[in-house]
Amino acid sequence: MAQDAERVTTPPDGRPLSEQPRWRQDFPIDWEEDEYVSRRDLVKFIVLTSLAFATGQFWLLGKQRFGGGAGQPQPVPIAEAGELPIGGYKMFSYPEGSSPRLLIRTGDESFVAYDQQCTHLLCPVVPNVEEDALHCPCHNGWFDLQTGRPTAGPPRRPLPRITLEIRDGSIYATGIEERTV
Amino acid sequence: MPVPQDMEFFMDPGRCIGCQACVQACTECDTHKGQSMIQLDYIDRGHSPQTVPVVCLHCDSPTCAEVCPADAIKRTDDGVVQTARKPRCIACNNCVLACPFGVPKMNTEMHLMMKCDMCYDRTSVGGKPMCASVCPSGALYFGTREEMARMRPASKPVNTFQFGMQTIHTKVSMMVPEDVDLVDVVSSMHEPVVSHDVTDDVFMENMHEETDQD
Repeated sequence: MAQDAERVTTPPDGRPLSEQPRWRQDFPIDWEEDEYVSRRDLVKFIVLTSLAFATGQFWLLGKQRFGGGAGQPQPVPIAEAGELPIGGYKMFSYPEGSSPRLLIRTGDESFVAYDQQCTHLLCPVVPNVEEDALHCPCHNGWFDLQTGRPTAGPPRRPLPRITLEIRDGSIYATGIEERTV
Repeated sequence: MPVPQDMEFFMDPGRCIGCQACVQACTECDTHKGQSMIQLDYIDRGHSPQTVPVVCLHCDSPTCAEVCPADAIKRTDDGVVQTARKPRCIACNNCVLACPFGVPKMNTEMHLMMKCDMCYDRTSVGGKPMCASVCPSGALYFGTREEMARMRPASKPVNTFQFGMQTIHTKVSMMVPEDVDLVDVVSSMHEPVVSHDVTDDVFMENMHEETDQD
């Protein structure tokens, strides 16, 4: 609190600030004093904000660990094995009504499936089997075709992968692998 | 940068000629572009052409700030009471009603109280307020005390005002005759206006005639 001598504004009764009611000390008319943040207020703000962030993190952690979740959706046939040429791809949704996913044939017997949305800003990614990559044209983001991990550009997280299984010549989507690294 | 301490604002209402130059110039001020914060008051319009420009006197304990429930009216280090802080002002009109000089103006479109801030953009960098720079008769003057003493040897600046029980000390001074120490506003309201009396009482005479006939 500034000294009385530094104050330009005087209370109407002319008595010093220490004899004034509390509200007058809390709501000073002087601009400088109004802008002034005491060390105690700053510490209080920092501690409470950090505490709020920490609580949020613990809540997320608890939700992840004990929330259970709905589990993986049921396996669904998404394509015939011979349907796609090598290097070809097909869009599907899994489970029903999800955001679009990509099924890509990378070799004779090898298939990969990823979410089509780039992990940067949700633009659709384009598979490029010749270069063994997935390309996001919005901000020139690149992902590795085999793993779905980002290799260049702004994306930092891998694309969610759909686990696949081939049964009797049909390709089944069996689960979604959300990854952070 | 604060307003220089030796530069002061002086009001000399007796010299006001009612030309409205200050009112117009005020709208040019960059802190409230397009809005005039000066009001030219007629003291007793029926009887006198005398006008007085009302600029903020920047009180030492500003009544407007005292009554503000939103803590929006602040006074900078150089003693200038600023327009309400926009994020805080709730447009409640308390300051408009409380100011004894009638200075704050409520901008209902912007929900913001705006008031004369002594052209803070100009005075804080050594310039003169808009109104004082255009006043042709010296009713509003911004300069040093010495300059004022030289120009008005018969007057002296007073910055104490009495409104009933409330004594107000201001940053802006008013030029008064040498023998006056304090401007008692309420008591002077009961005094007859000292000016040219232009009463034309033809109607009054007619009324008297009618009453005489009755």
